[in-house]
Amino acid sequence: MATPHLLLDRYIDAESPLHAQDARVKLLLTLALVVALALLPAGAWVALLVFALIIWTAVYQAHIGLLRTMRRSLVALPFALVAVTLLITRPGELLLSWSFGPWRLAITDAGVTAFLSVLVKSWLSVQAMLLLMSITHFADLLRALRQLRLPPVLVAILGFAYRYLFIMTDEAQRMLRARECRSAALPGQPAGGSITWRAAVVGRMVGTLFIRAYERSERVYVAMLSRGFNGNLVSLDERPLSPNERGFTLLGTAAAAAVVWASYLFG
Amino acid sequence: MNWQNIADGLVLGLHIPDGFLSAPVALIWWVLTIGALALAVQRVGVELNERQVPLMGVMAAFIFAGQMLNFPVLGGTSGHLLGGALAALLLGPWAGVLVMSAVVTLQALLFQDGGLLAIGANVFNMGVATVAIGYLLGMPLLRTFGGKRWGLMLIGFITAWLSVMAAALLTSLQLVFSGLSATVVFPAMIFVHAFIGIGEGLITVAALAFVVSTRPDLVSSLAGFLNKEALQQPVDKRTIGLVTFVGLGFAALAALLSPLASGDPDGLERVAENQGFLERAMDAPYTIIPDYTVPFLGETPLSTIAAGMIGLLILFALMYGLALVLRGRSSDSRTRS
Repeated sequence: MATPHLLLDRYIDAESPLHAQDARVKLLLTLALVVALALLPAGAWVALLVFALIIWTAVYQAHIGLLRTMRRSLVALPFALVAVTLLITRPGELLLSWSFGPWRLAITDAGVTAFLSVLVKSWLSVQAMLLLMSITHFADLLRALRQLRLPPVLVAILGFAYRYLFIMTDEAQRMLRARECRSAALPGQPAGGSITWRAAVVGRMVGTLFIRAYERSERVYVAMLSRGFNGNLVSLDERPLSPNERGFTLLGTAAAAAVVWASYLFG
Repeated sequence: MNWQNIADGLVLGLHIPDGFLSAPVALIWWVLTIGALALAVQRVGVELNERQVPLMGVMAAFIFAGQMLNFPVLGGTSGHLLGGALAALLLGPWAGVLVMSAVVTLQALLFQDGGLLAIGANVFNMGVATVAIGYLLGMPLLRTFGGKRWGLMLIGFITAWLSVMAAALLTSLQLVFSGLSATVVFPAMIFVHAFIGIGEGLITVAALAFVVSTRPDLVSSLAGFLNKEALQQPVDKRTIGLVTFVGLGFAALAALLSPLASGDPDGLERVAENQGFLERAMDAPYTIIPDYTVPFLGETPLSTIAAGMIGLLILFALMYGLALVLRGRSSDSRTRS
């Protein structure tokens, strides 16, 4: 069984100028990029190409594998099924049409443009996120979130959740394996009882997991207390962003805004 | 078990990726989510102590891992948990909101399961709305039927099913506001999630039953559930009124907005068709209001809206009547026993 965090953080310790950047800069620029992508009008192919080149250059610079990033970013593709409807609902020039009894399906050029735009935007946004997570330690990201004034409680919960995520998923996987081991079935026959029964088994597993998680959190809390936890989560390194970093962030955001603006102007 | 499969399983429904929401829609839901989270952070700060921070973190990890526990349903599909209603019932509303928000955020950050800009909407759908349904509906229902074990189970199922439906409805609404066609999005999402919700309901009920019988102390100390005195309190008229009002408000809002937002005149008709389909299993969908317009108003958007509202009112009245009948029965059995 692959340890999930190794799968997740495979390239996190690589060295590149991008890895060395402050997490706040990387987070803000990624956010700017994703917002800019969302703001683009349908069919702004030049702007999409510009953003794609920016992302791909950064991915290349970060040595995290261009092809791998592109492939992994297909995660959101199943959701595109929802967007297929764009093909047939936009008024525009007719490209293709079929009749099924009373219904008529007509694909228009505007529909195709809208559909492809959504697909490309989604694909690029996922790549930007993958890039961010591949070059930023999660702990750094959490610190960045705290420095960007997210409520400390929220950041602390995220931190604890990340820390125990792998323990709890290992626990869940052990439970799943145990269920498999005790679910013998004759070949060609379904294992287990009715769907309700199967759901009840899973429900009891969830309940067991809840109790184990709860008891673990009590132990964690006691361990924290015995190490002097007094209710405040403190952290070192509260350095403000340097003028260079501020400038870089602003410049990047402005550039993204300019591309969006230009695509409305000339699109 | 591999991580990609988990992500795939979850993607199917509710985690909206980036690119699908228009920027204004995404921003509106960011604002709503930030408001809800700010309130939750404040209330958790008032009601709970620092001990809750590791608890909520580990609970978020629990919900995340709990979503991996699945069971085969039909033809390679599997049922699994979303967990919002369960979190609300086990942890209480404010901690539930924070825990579910952490889960959704982590899924987006670590597994790109849901977009970055769409976190606002996704957290609201799966973190705020599911917990709100679980709690706002669960509490009054629990006060009504909760004295009995079967009452708790019934409530667990209803709130879990409705929380999934609420998340699916909100997701559809956001997609439709962003320009996708209501004609397809609403029926598809609602149809699929009506079934996913059943799995959610069954798992939630079994999990609740297990926790209640194994460690009742955990549940009562957290949310005041199964507390005999709290359960004996009658529901006051105001709570019923509030719930009714809020429900009607949402229904009316949905009816008002969906045909306008989609720019697609038959959007609501199809939703209605789908509701008919779900209720009467393949029966002819338009029997109450032909073609889902009110005759004397003619073929205008106003007519579609009016028809939608009437349809929703009928639906609501049916549900309310059912609730009254069930409550009558439960008080009967209580007096007898």
